[in-house]
Amino acid sequence: MIRYIIRRLLWGVLLLVIVAALTFVLFRVLPTANPALLRAGRDPQPGLVKEIERLLGLNKSLPVQFWEYMKEIFLHFQFGYSYYSQEGVRSLIGERVSATLSLTVGAAVLWILGGLSVGVISALRRHTLVDRFAMGGALVAISAPEFWLGFVFLLLFASDIGKFKIFPGAGSYVGLTYDPWKWFTSLIMPWVVLASGASAIFARLMRSSLSEAMGEDYIRTARAKGLPERRVVRHGVRAAINPIITLFGLEVGVLLGGALLVESVFNIPGVGELNYKAIGQSDFPVTQGTVLLAAMFIILANIVVDVAYAYLDPRVRYS
Amino acid sequence: MSGDGEPLLRVEDLRVEFPGEDGVVHAVDGITYQVHRGRTLGIVGESGSGKTVSSLTTLGLTRRQGARISGRILFDGQDLVTLPEEKLRAIRGNDIAMIFQDPLSSLHPLYRVGKQLSEAVRAHRDVSKTQARARAVELLGLVGIPDPTRRVDEYPHEFSGGMRQRAMIAMALANEPKLLIADEPTTALDVTVQAQILALLERLQSELGMAIVIITHDLGVVAEMADDIAVMYAGRIVETASAARLFAAPQHPYTWGLLKSIPRLDGPREEDLVPIPGMPPSLISRPSGCHFHPRCPYAQPDHARIDPALAPVPEEPSHFAACLLEADVRARLWRQLQAGSTPKQALAEAGLPGAPA
Repeated sequence: MIRYIIRRLLWGVLLLVIVAALTFVLFRVLPTANPALLRAGRDPQPGLVKEIERLLGLNKSLPVQFWEYMKEIFLHFQFGYSYYSQEGVRSLIGERVSATLSLTVGAAVLWILGGLSVGVISALRRHTLVDRFAMGGALVAISAPEFWLGFVFLLLFASDIGKFKIFPGAGSYVGLTYDPWKWFTSLIMPWVVLASGASAIFARLMRSSLSEAMGEDYIRTARAKGLPERRVVRHGVRAAINPIITLFGLEVGVLLGGALLVESVFNIPGVGELNYKAIGQSDFPVTQGTVLLAAMFIILANIVVDVAYAYLDPRVRYS
Repeated sequence: MSGDGEPLLRVEDLRVEFPGEDGVVHAVDGITYQVHRGRTLGIVGESGSGKTVSSLTTLGLTRRQGARISGRILFDGQDLVTLPEEKLRAIRGNDIAMIFQDPLSSLHPLYRVGKQLSEAVRAHRDVSKTQARARAVELLGLVGIPDPTRRVDEYPHEFSGGMRQRAMIAMALANEPKLLIADEPTTALDVTVQAQILALLERLQSELGMAIVIITHDLGVVAEMADDIAVMYAGRIVETASAARLFAAPQHPYTWGLLKSIPRLDGPREEDLVPIPGMPPSLISRPSGCHFHPRCPYAQPDHARIDPALAPVPEEPSHFAACLLEADVRARLWRQLQAGSTPKQALAEAGLPGAPA
């Protein structure tokens, strides 16, 4: 088991190297516009452009640029400097990562708890009004894009522009250490918006997985030995949850993508919002940094899922 | 049927119907039987004859499938058909336990065997986890699983097929039930293991004094185990008698078919097996008259019209059969079949016209 985890981690590092190389190609080789030209202002002197290119390190050959880029990332954990503010990407991300973690971790908790419990209720009350309502709602949640849902929530519930002034609106985020209560209330709407799509998918998966499990022979056995219905359902849920866990790793990626939009809609100073701005400004080093960070989280989530699977299903043994 | 005193289980005119999209499935159609303490009833029939549904209904397990249930199931003086769910739950796995055909799919794949056993104990007894676990180890030992202190922490997939069925039996015995319902307990197992499981059930029955209802399509199994036998066809009991009597003088052509379709080592080599032609009928639209008449080689024209009742065999008040043929005709036919005649020859020699096409 330890060997398996180590091997998976090494593969994860290799994957990260590949992702880093791909982002290099994506942001340094493919763009046709010269980033130095973008910084030089209107009708720049050729000398100025050359000077900026030298400052940004763009005058070196591509292989040399690639080598320095990879060396910085993997030996010094430095992701370069913003084309705009000249600040280090690592510190830019560092000061924003807590907001993003607040948003995504909270949304993930809501996603899993909400999705699974709605799925369980739907599966146990199949074809009733409750089930139809839940599954109809899930369909809406899957179809609605985060940015649209975010605006709808703001227009409905935000304390400034909303119809019902219930929750603090956009730009109200404060750090957890600064004021925990304000932190919590300001994140309620972003959490709901970000979690909605993923929880809807999980609710539907859980519904079908549990419905199937409840028809299995071991459920009949559980009833035959006189277990209370609550425990019988627990037997079903325990079996139904396994196939869904696998999808957790994949959905983490979708969640991080959604965080980018939710942060910009609710004006939360997080990594997603940083990335959103960086894309608009062609600030490639910042984009690279955030992409790598996201890739790292997704790879890590998948390793965690695979390892968790071995504990959850004793029939799976890794070698 | 023999046995003294009040029967432990008395099923009276039990009917179980499942309303469905294609029509009502008449799974169990008015069956009556009883089981006495410490004795064994064998219920025999093909798949789809209603034998499993009738025992699941005894435990109340068909209720949530939307079954329409009528009749009475008297267990220890209580009617299980009308008993509230919570009271029935207290009986399930406690006074009446059940084991199933496929032990692999009947055990939860993700829980340790010991946990599944101690859960059965704790569902009915207020004992600590440690006590329940000790009981689980004891039960595994009782059903002959070697090294139970180690095996108790294993998962079902680490057990062999026979071991799994032993574990299922151990789980059923957790609270020393008065009645054990065994639904095809050996069908999914190797032949050598089958004999072990049957021997185990017999040993446990004599040690614990419980009654057993064994459900099977295999007459060999009931010959080994049962004191009494009920033969089911299309949701009804078509013949019932003590095991000795049923094998000595079977009355119903369906029973003959079952008996003639098992190979015998002690019979003459050249004796052919006689399969029962056709398929069990649909339980939604059953044949008119005697439900068996389309497959019966001895059916007479009016058998498609008249529905036979389960009636005592002359001079054998505890032997019942639901057949429209006269008792002496049945006796002649069975003698011919025993002598090695095919159904056609037996029919001719008994002086009956041939079956309608």
